[in-house]
Amino acid sequence: MPELREFLQMGGYALYVWSSYGLSFIVLVLNVIIPLWREKEIVQYIAGQPPRDA
Amino acid sequence: MFTAISQYAAPKNFFTLSRRLAPVFGWTSLALMIAGAYGGLVVAPPDYQQGESVRIIYVHVPSAWMSLFVYVVMAAAGAAGLIWRVKVMDAIARGSAPLGASFTFLALATGSLWGKPMWGAWWVWDARLTSELILLFLYLGYMALQSAIEDPRVAARAGAILALIGLVNIPIIHYSVEWWSTLHQGPTVTKIGAPSIHISMLVPLLIMALAWMCYYFAMVLVRARCELLLLERNTAWARELTARRAVT
Repeated sequence: MPELREFLQMGGYALYVWSSYGLSFIVLVLNVIIPLWREKEIVQYIAGQPPRDA
Repeated sequence: MFTAISQYAAPKNFFTLSRRLAPVFGWTSLALMIAGAYGGLVVAPPDYQQGESVRIIYVHVPSAWMSLFVYVVMAAAGAAGLIWRVKVMDAIARGSAPLGASFTFLALATGSLWGKPMWGAWWVWDARLTSELILLFLYLGYMALQSAIEDPRVAARAGAILALIGLVNIPIIHYSVEWWSTLHQGPTVTKIGAPSIHISMLVPLLIMALAWMCYYFAMVLVRARCELLLLERNTAWARELTARRAVT
C-alpha cells in the first residue's frame, strides 16, 4: 500500500509529526487513568474507615 | 438562577454534578479528538513552506491555548475560594494545576519537535518560549506548594496567592510575539481582522481546540471531586456515597 506508506512517512517529517501526536496521546491518557484510579483508592479508603460520627 | 448555580457550591451536589457531567464532556472530547486528528493528519493540506510538519500545530496550538486558559481558571477559582471560602472553588483550582502543567509541557514539547526541523533548533531563548517555560514552573511551583502544606485551607490560600501573582505572566506570554522580535511566529487565528490561516487548516484546528477544552472540563471535574471527597471524608454524605459504591 504505497498510499499508507506515504502517509506514514509524512513527507520526511515522520519522526517529528508522530512523536508529537504520540506524546500528546500518552499525556492525555495518563491524565485520565491517574485521577480515576486515585478516586477508586479514595472511595475504598473512606469505605474501609470505622464509623466515627454515627 | 443564582440559587440554581449556588447549590453546586455544596460539595455533595458538586460531586453528583461531576459524576453526571464528566462522562458527557469526556466522550464529546474523544469524538472531537478523533475528528480533529483525522482532519489534521489526512484532510488538511500540507503547508506550502513547512510541508507535512505543519500537522504538528493541530496538537501544539490547542495545548498552548489551554495552558493559558487553565491558568486563568486556576487563578480565578483560587481567588473565589480566597474571597468567599468556597471549598468547591479551592478544589477546582487544585485540580486544574496538573492539567495545566500537562498542557504546558505538551505545548513546549510539540513546539520543540516542530522547531527542530523548521528552525534547526530544539530550543531558542526567545520571549515566547521562555515565558511559556516560566508558566510550566509556575504550575509545578503551585503543585509543590500544595503537597508541602498539610492543612488544606492554608494550602488553598497560599496556592491562590501564588496563582494570582503568576497571572502577570499570562499577558506577557500572549503579547510576547508582538512586544519583542521573537523567532516564534505571531498570532494567525486571533489576529484583528480576518485570520490569516486557510479555512482547510482552521477547521481541524478549532475542532482540536474544542476537544482539548472538553477534555479539560471532564478531567477537572474528576480531579475536583477527588479533592472534595478526600476533604470531606468524615462527613455523612461522603461515607454514604462511598459505602454504596464500595458494595457495588
